[in-house]
Amino acid sequence: MPANTPTQYPRRRFLQTGATVTAAATVTTTAVFQLGWTASGAWAVTDGVASGRGLTGSAFAKKVNPFIKISTDNRVTLVVGQAEMGQGISTGLAMVLADELGADWSNVAWEQAPNDLAFALPGGFQSTGGSGSQRRLMPLYRRGAASAREMLIAAAAQKWNVDEKSCRVENSFVLHGNGEKLSKLSFGALAEAAARQAVPAEPPLKDRSAFTIIGTSPKRFDVPAKTNGLAQYGIDVKLPGMKYAVVARSPIFGAQVASFDAVAARKVKGVSHVVEITSGVAVVADNTWAAMKGREVLNMKWKESGNDKVSTVSIREQFIDAAKGAATKAREVGNVAEAFAKAGDIIEAIYETPYLAHATMEPMNCTAWVRPDQCDVWAGVQAPTLAENAAVATTGLSKDKIHIHTKFLGGGFGRRSESDFVIEAVELSKQLRLPVQVLWTREDDMRHDFYRPMTYNVFKAALDDKGMPLAWQHRIVGSSILARRAPQNLRGGLDGTSTEGAATLPYNVPNFLCESVTVNTHVPVGFWRSVGSSQNAFITESFIDELAHKAGRDPFDYRRALMANNPRQRRVLELAAAQAEWSKPAPVGRFRGIAFAECFGGMVAQVVEVSVNNGTLKVHRVVCAADVGLAVHPEIVKAQMQSAIVTGLDAARYGRITIENGAVVQGNFHDYPVTRINDMPLIEVYLTVNDQPPGGVGEPGTPPLAPALCNAIFAATGKRVRSLPLSQTDLDKT
Amino acid sequence: MAITFQLNGKKQTLEVEAEMPLLWALRDVVGLTGTKYGCGMALCGACTVHVNGEPVRACVTPVATVAGKNITTIEAAVETKLGKVVREAWIEAQVPQCGYCQSGQIMSATALLSKNKKPTDADIDTAMAGNICRCGTYNAIRAAIKDAAQKLA
Ligand code: FES
Ligand code: FES
Repeated sequence: MPANTPTQYPRRRFLQTGATVTAAATVTTTAVFQLGWTASGAWAVTDGVASGRGLTGSAFAKKVNPFIKISTDNRVTLVVGQAEMGQGISTGLAMVLADELGADWSNVAWEQAPNDLAFALPGGFQSTGGSGSQRRLMPLYRRGAASAREMLIAAAAQKWNVDEKSCRVENSFVLHGNGEKLSKLSFGALAEAAARQAVPAEPPLKDRSAFTIIGTSPKRFDVPAKTNGLAQYGIDVKLPGMKYAVVARSPIFGAQVASFDAVAARKVKGVSHVVEITSGVAVVADNTWAAMKGREVLNMKWKESGNDKVSTVSIREQFIDAAKGAATKAREVGNVAEAFAKAGDIIEAIYETPYLAHATMEPMNCTAWVRPDQCDVWAGVQAPTLAENAAVATTGLSKDKIHIHTKFLGGGFGRRSESDFVIEAVELSKQLRLPVQVLWTREDDMRHDFYRPMTYNVFKAALDDKGMPLAWQHRIVGSSILARRAPQNLRGGLDGTSTEGAATLPYNVPNFLCESVTVNTHVPVGFWRSVGSSQNAFITESFIDELAHKAGRDPFDYRRALMANNPRQRRVLELAAAQAEWSKPAPVGRFRGIAFAECFGGMVAQVVEVSVNNGTLKVHRVVCAADVGLAVHPEIVKAQMQSAIVTGLDAARYGRITIENGAVVQGNFHDYPVTRINDMPLIEVYLTVNDQPPGGVGEPGTPPLAPALCNAIFAATGKRVRSLPLSQTDLDKT
Repeated sequence: MAITFQLNGKKQTLEVEAEMPLLWALRDVVGLTGTKYGCGMALCGACTVHVNGEPVRACVTPVATVAGKNITTIEAAVETKLGKVVREAWIEAQVPQCGYCQSGQIMSATALLSKNKKPTDADIDTAMAGNICRCGTYNAIRAAIKDAAQKLA
């Protein structure tokens, strides 16, 4: 069972021999071996990190392989450092380990790793996001598994006194010879001797044609526990003596506490403490309900912050003003000014996208227990390294005293790459000297998010005499995510996340300019599934549709012609069109739209089929074609495309966060509606087959949905949607 | 105040505030965490339990109102004959992604199938529209319900 439980990972995890705690949390006497692997370069497992996990002085410390454990009963445990938020990475990276190791898939288990830089991305950061797990970590995991495999082979060759090169690995056994001369030893039988072998510096990697697990679609490790209520999320953590808390935070971002009635809150039965922390006032109780009741009578008063009058309307006006000022170039080809001067017709358009919340199904929460010499954190976090840094800063303890227990994430979408919810719990536990769980209500979660930026886009284009784009100018006005998250990554003031999906198009345009204008407000913005591409694809792929219409060309043919220099992208577009039978008329009363987008190494084209009757939109069908390079687990890739499409549908049809008097208006699913089963289209997903390395999977399915949908609406109604969500647009033809 | 009800086939007595929602009584007082919190306003279905066999949103059900009644949560619902078939169908279709909504989805689905052996698409829409899945597993859910219905026939 993939028990994501607090006891799942043994504190002393590099046990050479002896009893350990298994994934099922029962004590076994089976010996478990970590086979050695010395990494080099950016991925080094340093003594510092290893000793931080209780290995000081151990000769084993330098031979740490955090990825693979083998027990004498031949069970292989695959340890994955990435967060499982539904994208299936626990299974996906375990498959990579098992395949390279040569393990018998029917006798493997998965384990969630703790915070440990041994699992870090290139660059030294343990984090899950940017559709990057397979893309960026497959080489690291393969090397880890290959080194273990080579040590097992070395141990067997030594026993049999044969050349290592004459040995082979199959289904958790090392083999030598054939027929009557066949020698065979299990990984379990070899583990002890293998652990004493020299660690290969550069173990050979399997040829791709030899993969037996990668490319198949075995059942996911996390599914059984997610079908009987036993899967453990952050919200499910229970510790002896644990308190439950909710926090009153200022409705206007950043406003300070003026006053509150602690006495009234403490009178509520079950409330034990009322504590001021950096983000507001925490009400602590014996159960969540009592904490919520206590918070209701706090009578919070907040100081004026200067943002009390800010609204989405006022921010939009700021954006419109700023659009007329100076901009930073993101990418320039040719000379648009000259091209426009010579061109005949100029096509202009304004496109707008709203703020969006993440609204993960599991609202933010975190459980912390700070003691004088140790800090434990239990939460669904996308970035254990950031959570660790936050805990260090809050407690003053050193890194080795911080233990981040990553639970299943009830959705991430970028929200759980933040550490605000971790800091609160750690700060509160430190003050209380008690284990405490801070739960965010849905309203807390929606009103204290880091929103997908709202944007205002100014477009200008000119066509040549054949109707093809001669010049394309796109100016994006919005707030910068990196200014807060990673200012060191701003390039000459440019936030690349604002322009991704807009600065580079798959289309050949001789004169091209994409520019960015940054207007930061008090509304916090953050990474949201597919980040900049989630808005920019809507904008660019709708605008290219406008140009196709202007040129009197079929939108698929037009795109295809412009993709002459991008054969891989063009194949994806063609696959979607073929599967949707684009060349044939749509069923009576239905209309189609098409769009393509590329982000995080994944290329996706979608054809959406809609009908619009008396202004009522129905989305019937979405045909999705994707090129994600090597698909480690094709069924998970398809499920992620389905999921990303629904995220796109949510955003295109309903998603809208508005600000009034400095605060977020929406609070729950009645005023922030999302897709439900009764408004689901049929979805078909097709993957291209190629020999490319793995690309991104979790996010690339989202961007093309909104433009394909709006292009279908244009086909149905002649109405060009230039502002989302659709719920704010009257689609009635008349 | 002492409130007694049948929980997953066993008698359960709780000393809690009468108006405490059943959700928090189950999660924080009893310690059964399979029933999830998602909205607190009967908008998402994550907290769905069965009260005398009917699907009910535990987040808006004061615990006092279930005194003397039979409560079934996800932990026990998937152990019944019907529940096992539904769970199997869920595993076969590999429905869950993040999984957080799935307790509620399965509770709504088992409630539907206990009354309706051959649900149509419209029946599924009606029974399941109250359950949000932010991971968008809806099409897999529909397939799993149909598969379970077939196996139960
Ligand atoms: S938590 Fe009860 S319906 Fe959402
Ligand atoms: S599986 Fe994640 S919310 Fe449904």
